[in-house]
Amino acid sequence: MTMNVLLFFVSCVLTNNFIFSRFLGCCPFLGVSSKVSTAVSMGLAVTFVMTIASLVCYVVYNWILVPLGLTFMSTIAFILVIAALVQFVEMFLKKSSPSLYSALGIYLPLITTNCAVLGVATLNMNNGYSMIQSVLNGTFSAIGFLLAITLMAGVRERLESSKIPQCMKGFPITLVSAGLMAMAFMGFNGIV
Amino acid sequence: MSASDDKRNLGQVFMNGILNENPTFRLVLGTCPTLATTTSAMNGFGMGLSVTFVLVCSNIVISLLRKFIPDKVRIPSFIVVIAAFVTILQLLLHAYVPSLYESLGIFLPLIVVNCIILARAEAFASKNPVVSSAVDGFGMGLGFTAALTLIGCVRELLGSGSIFGFQILGDAYEPMLIFVLASGGFLTYGLLLGIINAITNHRKLMKLEKGEN
Repeated sequence: MTMNVLLFFVSCVLTNNFIFSRFLGCCPFLGVSSKVSTAVSMGLAVTFVMTIASLVCYVVYNWILVPLGLTFMSTIAFILVIAALVQFVEMFLKKSSPSLYSALGIYLPLITTNCAVLGVATLNMNNGYSMIQSVLNGTFSAIGFLLAITLMAGVRERLESSKIPQCMKGFPITLVSAGLMAMAFMGFNGIV
Repeated sequence: MSASDDKRNLGQVFMNGILNENPTFRLVLGTCPTLATTTSAMNGFGMGLSVTFVLVCSNIVISLLRKFIPDKVRIPSFIVVIAAFVTILQLLLHAYVPSLYESLGIFLPLIVVNCIILARAEAFASKNPVVSSAVDGFGMGLGFTAALTLIGCVRELLGSGSIFGFQILGDAYEPMLIFVLASGGFLTYGLLLGIINAITNHRKLMKLEKGEN
């Protein structure tokens, strides 16, 4: 059991990294990765939401949509659940933990339109994962996202002070560095 | 406003999406499907057309409903409209173009969270009448399709020596598999973006010099 969880962890974080091999969550990955501190906050907020969203979407799909025969509505149901959930998490954090809220607050609304969250819910559904598998998949994939965005922010902080041709400044050089990082991550292929 | 004025404005709205505010190369929105579905020209083209369909339909509906949707719940309302059209598209593709449905995979439902669609709903359709919203959606969608097809062509050509499935480069060409894989997507997109920036900068410079003379 422990071995399986460990293997699952390695596969989600390294071999099937959400950014570098599945291209999920690229928008925040490119948009919010200019500083390490904000990147870590964004990554943590995504981890938080993705874990809860995996659980809630599993419950909604298997306990509500399947019995009612409404599985074709899954996309609409999931996005509504995620939007409501993000709103709820925001309100809850504001009341219960203002310090955490001030750290993650501005990133929460952005997460609704982060395709990683809807992506993980859809992947869980397509792969027919059990409840525990879904939650683990959500958490581990989000940790992979956290790792990727933090590494990227580190690279971009160094890029700030280096000489780059005018036309490659900004997004182009970021994408090229992401490509090189993805190449490095390809090295993990085959370890699981 | 006269009829010819109107027509020119619609033309401008249309071209705006394709050139000046091309969602992929100028605004850099919707990067996930751009990177993930451009492994071949055909996939990129299919994804672009799918997004165009959703964009036009959702722009029309949101523009029709713009006076009825309360400002506070506008984002969730937009998302529900978009999700409804994505579901329709999913069912249609599953029934009529199963091969495309298979190859787009998870990125088909993920059109819901494509930033371009929500951005156009928020920035254009919620403020403009139906016809120009539809034209805006069409222009933006075609701009996206053109960009995705271009990236798809480059990756397919370098990665497997063909374009749209037709073998272009002879047997002597050793395909660079990396371009079909994940990292090739980032590299191709980044380099194309760089090239396009260089061209725009150069043209700006030329214009400036002309102005000075």
